[in-house]
Amino acid sequence: MTPSIAQPSLPADWRDLVALTKPRVMSLVVFTGLCGLLAAPVQLPAVLGFTAILCIALGAGAAGALNQWYEADLDAKMRRTANRPLPARRMERQTALHFGVGLGAFSVLLMGLATNYLAAGLLAVSILFYVLIYTVWLKRRTAQNIVIGGAAGAFPPLIGWVAATGRVDLLPVLLFAIIFLWTPPHFWALSLFVRSDYANANVPMLPVVAGIQNTRLQVLLYSVTVVIAGIAPYALGLTGLVYGIAAVVLNTVFLVLAAAVFTNRAEDPSGMKPERRLFAFSILYLFALFSAVVIDRWTIA
Amino acid sequence: MTEHPEDEILKRQRERARLMAWLLGAFVVLLFLITVAKIGLNR
Repeated sequence: MTPSIAQPSLPADWRDLVALTKPRVMSLVVFTGLCGLLAAPVQLPAVLGFTAILCIALGAGAAGALNQWYEADLDAKMRRTANRPLPARRMERQTALHFGVGLGAFSVLLMGLATNYLAAGLLAVSILFYVLIYTVWLKRRTAQNIVIGGAAGAFPPLIGWVAATGRVDLLPVLLFAIIFLWTPPHFWALSLFVRSDYANANVPMLPVVAGIQNTRLQVLLYSVTVVIAGIAPYALGLTGLVYGIAAVVLNTVFLVLAAAVFTNRAEDPSGMKPERRLFAFSILYLFALFSAVVIDRWTIA
Repeated sequence: MTEHPEDEILKRQRERARLMAWLLGAFVVLLFLITVAKIGLNR
């Protein structure tokens, strides 16, 4: 017997409701959204800026909760996710559904009230994209799930910018493109060394469907596109030298690590140090590159 | 059937109610500050 047997009459613990929002994933979402907001040429009053970021965080939390509501069966099959509130049966599924829908609607309405309805619309699109396009439609059907689904995670800097300016410009679109193109090598590096987890859960991640070597080639090819998108803001004159130097350094390291993944021949996760290194660096890459955008824009201003 | 001690249910309900009260209070303050900021923007 395990202590995590279903307890439907017990109200969900608030800590499990917080866990539904995937707080660790949210940190990257909040950070990139904040960078979009801070890089914008219009400065919002602090309380409105704070509210915009709060709404992005709540929207991401809602998407995470709805994702976990839909994927409870998958999560139960993977070691990495088996202890989440739903697969561990600490919460009823309907609670997660109500929580996710309520939180999502609240975040969109509050964004519209505090900033503008274009930002609120983009927030709604990003939540729906993650839940309907990625989670429900693509994830279990195609190995390209991450490629298209990555768009959902790419919205925050665009939303942050639009919240401040009320319009879509080229720089936030490029920031969107960077995250969009960064997502496949980031997740494929991870999926290479947790491949058995995805295989056990019948999730058609690229290494499961197309093999390890093919995935490594795709990681390298997508990394080239990341480099192009990463350099583009400087090449197009939208940022200054601070960003330019940071972009060159960070993208060079990214490409070198991706090449190391490509040349690796290990089939066993224990031999996948290059994959682990690229995965870890890719997170640092995004934090550092987006910090550089903000510092650069402030330097220019 | 699994039985739950009533005090555990009450404890969770109390915790959630207290948290909701704090969140609602924070929301009211936030709405007030948003309103003030919006009025400032429109001047």
